[in-house]
Amino acid sequence: MELRTASRFNPAWRGIGTALTQRLLQAALVALLVGTLCFFMTRMLPGDMAYRIAAGRYGYDMVTSAAAEAVRIELGLDRPWLVALGDWWARLLQFDLGVSQVTAQPVSVEIARQLGPTVRLSLLAMFFSLLVGPTLGVLAGLKPGGLLDRFTLAVSVVLRALPSFLLGLVLVLVFSVKLGVLPAAGHDDHGSMVLPALTLALGLAAVSCRVARDAMVQVRGSAYFAFALTKGLTMRQALLRHGLRNVAAPTISYLGVQLVFLVEGVVLVETIFAWPGIGHALVHAIFSRDVPMIQGTALVLGLMFVLFNALVDTACAFIDPRRRA
Amino acid sequence: MNIHPSPELVIDDAPARRLNRAQLAGIALLGVIGLFALFGPWLVGIDPARQQLERFLENPSLAHPLGFDQLGRDMLARLAHGARLSLTLAGLSVLSAAIPGTLLGLLAAWRGGWPERVLAAFADAVLALPGLLLVLLLSAFTPGGFWPLYVGISLALWVEYFRVVRAASRILLASPHVEAARLLGFGPLHIVRRHLMPELLPRLSTLMRFGFAGAVLAMSALGFVGVGLQPPTPELGVMMIELLPYYGEAPWLIGAPVLLLFLTLFGLLLLAPEREAA
Repeated sequence: MELRTASRFNPAWRGIGTALTQRLLQAALVALLVGTLCFFMTRMLPGDMAYRIAAGRYGYDMVTSAAAEAVRIELGLDRPWLVALGDWWARLLQFDLGVSQVTAQPVSVEIARQLGPTVRLSLLAMFFSLLVGPTLGVLAGLKPGGLLDRFTLAVSVVLRALPSFLLGLVLVLVFSVKLGVLPAAGHDDHGSMVLPALTLALGLAAVSCRVARDAMVQVRGSAYFAFALTKGLTMRQALLRHGLRNVAAPTISYLGVQLVFLVEGVVLVETIFAWPGIGHALVHAIFSRDVPMIQGTALVLGLMFVLFNALVDTACAFIDPRRRA
Repeated sequence: MNIHPSPELVIDDAPARRLNRAQLAGIALLGVIGLFALFGPWLVGIDPARQQLERFLENPSLAHPLGFDQLGRDMLARLAHGARLSLTLAGLSVLSAAIPGTLLGLLAAWRGGWPERVLAAFADAVLALPGLLLVLLLSAFTPGGFWPLYVGISLALWVEYFRVVRAASRILLASPHVEAARLLGFGPLHIVRRHLMPELLPRLSTLMRFGFAGAVLAMSALGFVGVGLQPPTPELGVMMIELLPYYGEAPWLIGAPVLLLFLTLFGLLLLAPEREAA
């Protein structure tokens, strides 16, 4: 401890540097992938693009081939596709996401409105899951094969075989329809966030509970834990000083894996609960073939995924000194 | 839904010789579901799209064990076709992810150099996005199609095979017993078959279980939120969302696809070797 505080910088930062550089690269890949896919999406939509845009401007009855030709030249739709793709990327680089074809609002304005609900929902879900999963896991791991261990295993297997959209339905049926204590959908009051967050959290906790349980079993079987008990620490002291940090390391790094589940779950759960976030917007943009919105929402969800991953990397480096290499 | 199985779950385990009870139960369960998907549509023998509007929401009877849905279509026939559709998609996409993924992984580990770097860069690009987002984006090209789902899921899945096989083969290829086999003059085919495959198979089977579950889940989830296959296709997720309004009057109707999906995923979980199931 003394040695570490003596140096001016926390050594954790060195390892984090390389990890974050990789995450930056991943963010660039996300933008490239989403941007390119969406570019080809616009090209492959049925019909002539110049006609479609001209129809949007002048109304379907007013379109003439001269008007379409004017649009084609004005927007450069007559250029070869490679040039157009370069142009598309250049605009993406300037954070110009275009205008939603449904609401006629800039995509950035729409997303700014939807980002808050999505981030709040994800963080609350993460918080719930960390509260329930690892806690139960540690308790179950203290007595492997005990009642709690077997019970959490059974619940976890059932929850893992239950997709998040069905779990959401079950929760709505129980809490909204039968008990009538929580709203089933919407975004009116604070209670409406509870069910979607709980849906995501239970799915996450079902796995993190078992990860924490296995880590706890390993800690209990380790030499350093036995030594801590032998030198006279109580179970409680040994657990707090030597056990929990070693359970936290695999649990937190597993959180990185679970982020895939979280981001995918956000898309589905927001849609089911009509939660006005980015996942909901993405599904609706696909419905209405609103390519600028598809691009914007997919991009932001992808970047959110990268950002959360970067946070997990940072947390891992601080908790587990062995990963600071 | 979690299309990318975690590397942490791919546990380096000696291949278990004996199956435990949970695995046997899983095999039995999946066997029954597989038989239902294979022969069900033919055994029921009713067109899943045929409407008898006067029989809508009719209660189950001996001739029609699951009754009729909200549009007077035979529910058992729809369920059997839905099962066939889901399992076909999952099986196809797992195979078309596993075979190229494994071969490319072997190639990358064997050859190294620029093919490995190109493939690794491509794999990183695919992994940058959560799998379901990639499938969603591809399905936005032609909404309601089967092929974008298939391509998207396979594309999201092959990366795991590639990475796992490449990482494991690299270590194996540098090991003394493979070196000895090379010095004795055995060719690549023999080395792959006798020295690499026995080590790789348990990991591949784990990936296949996860991939299969992920494919079934992705298809039904997208159907459920309305951006996957479209009605009147008898797809599990589509059926669930269509029958949801009738859960009070005819709970068995929505219960049937829900139970089928649940049991499929449950069976796949049961197949896991003991250590991994914990």
